[in-house]
Amino acid sequence: MATSFAGVPIFDYEALASILFFIGLAGAIARRNPLVMLMSIELMFNAANLAFIVFARAWLNNAGQIFAFLVITVAAAEAAIALAIVVVVFRSAPQVDVDDVRVLHG
Amino acid sequence: MISFWVIAVVLVVSALWTVTARRPIYSVVSLLLNFAALATTYLILHAEFLAVMQMIVYSGAILMLFVFVIALLNSGIAPIVLGRDRVPLAPAAAVALAAVAFIATTIAAAHAPAIVPIASHSPLGEVGRGNVFGSIGDFGQALFLSRLLPFEVTALILMVAVIGVVLLAGDLTPYVPTRRRAERARRALREAILREGK
Repeated sequence: MATSFAGVPIFDYEALASILFFIGLAGAIARRNPLVMLMSIELMFNAANLAFIVFARAWLNNAGQIFAFLVITVAAAEAAIALAIVVVVFRSAPQVDVDDVRVLHG
Repeated sequence: MISFWVIAVVLVVSALWTVTARRPIYSVVSLLLNFAALATTYLILHAEFLAVMQMIVYSGAILMLFVFVIALLNSGIAPIVLGRDRVPLAPAAAVALAAVAFIATTIAAAHAPAIVPIASHSPLGEVGRGNVFGSIGDFGQALFLSRLLPFEVTALILMVAVIGVVLLAGDLTPYVPTRRRAERARRALREAILREGK
């Protein structure tokens, strides 16, 4: 297992991925604009992908790359469905707070 | 090594801008910058096929979807009023705790003896040259020979997503006019018929 690539230790990549993940998590919690919340979730997906690709490189095993590829596909499906929900919700009411969409459950 | 730090700074700054931008379109632009920087990181990590996929699928497809939705929502006469941002204290504390725990675990794991899995058959070579680790040939062989089932399940997920989006956003319900709108349409029709008669 390679512990550093081109002079950069693997820990630095992992720290970068976790920082990006927690920036995305903070955005998903603190923002109330549904579009920005979705973009924060995309940030978290990408941080996880970065971690997968770093470990694939570290062990020279492309299973991590394939997992990252599947994550990209699932993220595309998630974005399409979530944006469709956003459009439907905005079509029904001109003023939307994400907390008001609680009616979605059940 | 310097390139890594430059990219890391770009990634963190653009992620922060995405989360804090006032208008969603600024978030999209900074997210585009973030995705481009990530694709560069993937190239450094010998994941050339995924770098291309990142640019095509994320920057090309998903971000365009966001841009279209923002344009669609802003096309109405009245601007959309969004909810006010607020930071719920308990989840925020939980996230801070999780961040500290996560980074501490990463440091601990960096010093632990590693379990070495079976390496890929392709050698690590220059990016863009031949069937090396992370190239499209290497990636495609692994995807279609040893991991075909997850790939097929992905096709199913995409199919379900397409059907779900059409059911959700496709206008299947009949258009129900309000009384005033119906009256206006009837008046316009009457005037048109009168104009035709002249």
